[in-house]
Amino acid sequence: MAERTDTKEQAEFREYCRRWLAENRPAPPSFRLPISAIEVMTDDQFRYLHDWQKKCHGAGLVGTDYPKEYGGHGHKGLQSIAIQEMGRAGVPYMLNIIGLNMAAPTILVHGTEEQKRRYLPPLLSSDEIWCQGFSEPGAGSDLAGVQTSAVRDGDNWIINGHKVWTSLAHFASWMILLSRTSSDDKYKGLTYFVVPISGTDGVTVRPLIKITGETGFNEVLFEDLVVPDKMRLDEVGKGWNVAMTTLTYERGAAEGAGSGGGISIDERVRQLVRLAKATRRPGGKTAWDDAVLRDHVMQLAIRAEGFRQTSRRARVESLCEQPLRLPLQQKVLTSELMQDIAATALEIEGAWASLYLGDHRAPDGGQWPLAYLNSYGFTIAAGSNEIQRNILGERVLGMAKSK
Amino acid sequence: MAQPKNFGFGPDEQMVRDQASRFLKDNLPVDRLRTLVAHDHHSAYESPVQPVAWDQKLWRDAVALGWTGLGIPEDDGGVALPLVALASVVEEAGRAAFPSPLLSTLCATEVLKACETAAAHAALAEIAGGAAASLATTGEAASWETADADVTATSIDHGFVLDGVAHFVQDARKAAFFVVSAQSKGGAILARVAADAPGVSVDPDRIADLTRDQASVRLQGVDVKPDHVVAPAKLADEALAKALPSILTLVAADICGAGEWQLQTTTEYARTRKQFDHAIGFFQAVKHPIVNMMLDLDRARSLVYAAACAVDHEPADALRLARMAKAAASDAAKFLSGRSIQLHGGIGFTWECDVHIWVKRQQHSQFLWGDATWHRARLAEAY
Ligand SMILES: Cc1cc2nc3c(=O)[nH]c(=O)nc-3n(C[C@H](O)[C@H](O)[C@H](O)COP(=O)(O)OP(=O)(O)OC[C@H]3O[C@@H](n4cnc5c(N)ncnc54)[C@H](O)[C@@H]3O)c2cc1C
Repeated sequence: MAERTDTKEQAEFREYCRRWLAENRPAPPSFRLPISAIEVMTDDQFRYLHDWQKKCHGAGLVGTDYPKEYGGHGHKGLQSIAIQEMGRAGVPYMLNIIGLNMAAPTILVHGTEEQKRRYLPPLLSSDEIWCQGFSEPGAGSDLAGVQTSAVRDGDNWIINGHKVWTSLAHFASWMILLSRTSSDDKYKGLTYFVVPISGTDGVTVRPLIKITGETGFNEVLFEDLVVPDKMRLDEVGKGWNVAMTTLTYERGAAEGAGSGGGISIDERVRQLVRLAKATRRPGGKTAWDDAVLRDHVMQLAIRAEGFRQTSRRARVESLCEQPLRLPLQQKVLTSELMQDIAATALEIEGAWASLYLGDHRAPDGGQWPLAYLNSYGFTIAAGSNEIQRNILGERVLGMAKSK
Repeated sequence: MAQPKNFGFGPDEQMVRDQASRFLKDNLPVDRLRTLVAHDHHSAYESPVQPVAWDQKLWRDAVALGWTGLGIPEDDGGVALPLVALASVVEEAGRAAFPSPLLSTLCATEVLKACETAAAHAALAEIAGGAAASLATTGEAASWETADADVTATSIDHGFVLDGVAHFVQDARKAAFFVVSAQSKGGAILARVAADAPGVSVDPDRIADLTRDQASVRLQGVDVKPDHVVAPAKLADEALAKALPSILTLVAADICGAGEWQLQTTTEYARTRKQFDHAIGFFQAVKHPIVNMMLDLDRARSLVYAAACAVDHEPADALRLARMAKAAASDAAKFLSGRSIQLHGGIGFTWECDVHIWVKRQQHSQFLWGDATWHRARLAEAY
């Protein structure tokens, strides 16, 4: 069945995706898969997801809109269809999430021909995993404050510094790195590199444990790492501009090379309704019989539908007041909605919400308390939602810049 | 029928909206609106009967532009535009807080379109010709969605005699006729009743909203000829149910337009008002709530267009989306109104500042045709 707004080509591709996904859905693994790619920690999990992304890439569901010479499939306007269908099919998510969403579009926009041909094909197939070295202990929200230095040495650069919260660094071959090449100007003193990570002299990766008990992000220490100049992305001193490209994709205002799979917001709402209907309350009633809880669930259902329709409206120019107004809302809306859905699930479960992953009596396998804790990752990462609100207020509504 | 990519909002729809926007900007700037509705707080709140704010010339000009006929079939003298077009015009009217019977007339139109009787077609033709109309279908219990006005229709030789009261009738003093629901022996009927018909009296309510009026319409022995019965027995509820998604969408569209005014005005104030050596929008305690106004408003607007598009192309999904749109819009109305007063500070609490005009319109719209919790409860029943 075609989506209501599809072109003929999109409708055919959607049909193809549905068929392919139905026939190629991987068997569930014997071990637990983490809630998202950035919590992957074991080799089993890694291999399973690696093989799945590779297969999806081979079938044209990843890198769909990327040029063929860079390992893509050379289409236009089909990637979002693949992502939607993977979400709908509830298949596993893509492993190389930072690569697909951030590194690939940044390299595509700012890379040389040689860089694109070298880095993109193994990125799309997940043969090489990417991580993002932006944040530092002293530079999170204030990203332009990064201190990791890159000093020129003939045809090479020498890199020293300390990155934190680097998702997937423990599996990564490559990192997109924002570094300081001059202290004269906070913004113009930045330069962007792609640097090798795994098994490289001068790079130490140390896992950090998240509040969920899982790992997945890391500290990365650079001690006199030597990288050739050909790993520089765009010009010296242009790092901030390049980083803005990355962030535009990271925050969902543009579409990358295709993530997908995992659980969609709509599916989450359906799960919430199912949970409410199945959860027993004293007196033989269910949580769904409680008008207050039901009202909360419907508020979330409306937000989910509103989000979907806003994405749709964002593509109709004449119904958009300002060009960036709707795209810049995406990250705030999804992260807070997912958080509130999980929080409401905990309210529905009541005392049973105390049972965490691994408890055999936990409703829905203990996934809701995990989802709730984990949801804070998304309201902090990619620029905290406070920073996102600054950006919306300043760039869309034109209010004075906050510090 | 598949839903079009662009909500069905093409060049024609855009033209109509832009024309409406220009017309209202040119003819109803805020200072004009203020002299019209808020010129004198004494006359607004102290005279025994609330004055009716209505620039009749402006309304006639809007009618001349064809606004009342936008959604009416061509055979009945209209231009038969899809609901997305109507919603966008109503949005502009909300943004300008246009004091006019536009919304009430369009709502009545939607019900008449659903009746499909000769009497309904005749009534539609009158509206296309410029007559303002309003629905008188609500009883004291204010359940908007069924034809339950506390009016009885006694069958006589030729037609009916109506007795009773319809409540919460919008823009009653601007309407040329009412679409009245009445209980007959065989079930509810809808009748077209002229505002000046013998036995009809309009008791204005005192409402906070300065841009609209509302009344109880009292009917005492009002004769209704068969050719004024727009929905015969039992079909009244059906017609209302059929029109409901459109009505909810239009009310929500009005809220969204008014909300956009509240957002832009509050933003502008935050950009210009200085305290502590900064424009107040520099402070996040001001900036972030304004961003939240935008987030809530955009959700409601997207749902309005989705609902309108569903009415036009996928009616099976229209009621769900329309309830969502009205619920989201009602919540947004409450939030935007609160923030718009608060962030204007002391001046925002004065009669002199324009903010209150929109706040009161929003407060009224919020409850019109069911509030947010009502619609969410109905939505939950379908889950
Ligand atoms: C799950 C997860 C994965 C991540 N993955 C990566 C990754 O792969 N690569 C990478 O580079 N980084 C990653 N990060 C780091 C992330 O980008 C930063 O944590 C984030 O930008 C916030 O910076 P911070 O932690 O230093 O917090 P701070 O900047 O110290 O902020 C602390 C608090 O103060 C608020 N705050 C700070 N400044 C302001 C301001 N001006 N106005 C209002 N409020 C303000 C923040 O919103 C926050 O609530 C990840 C983070 C998480 C949680």
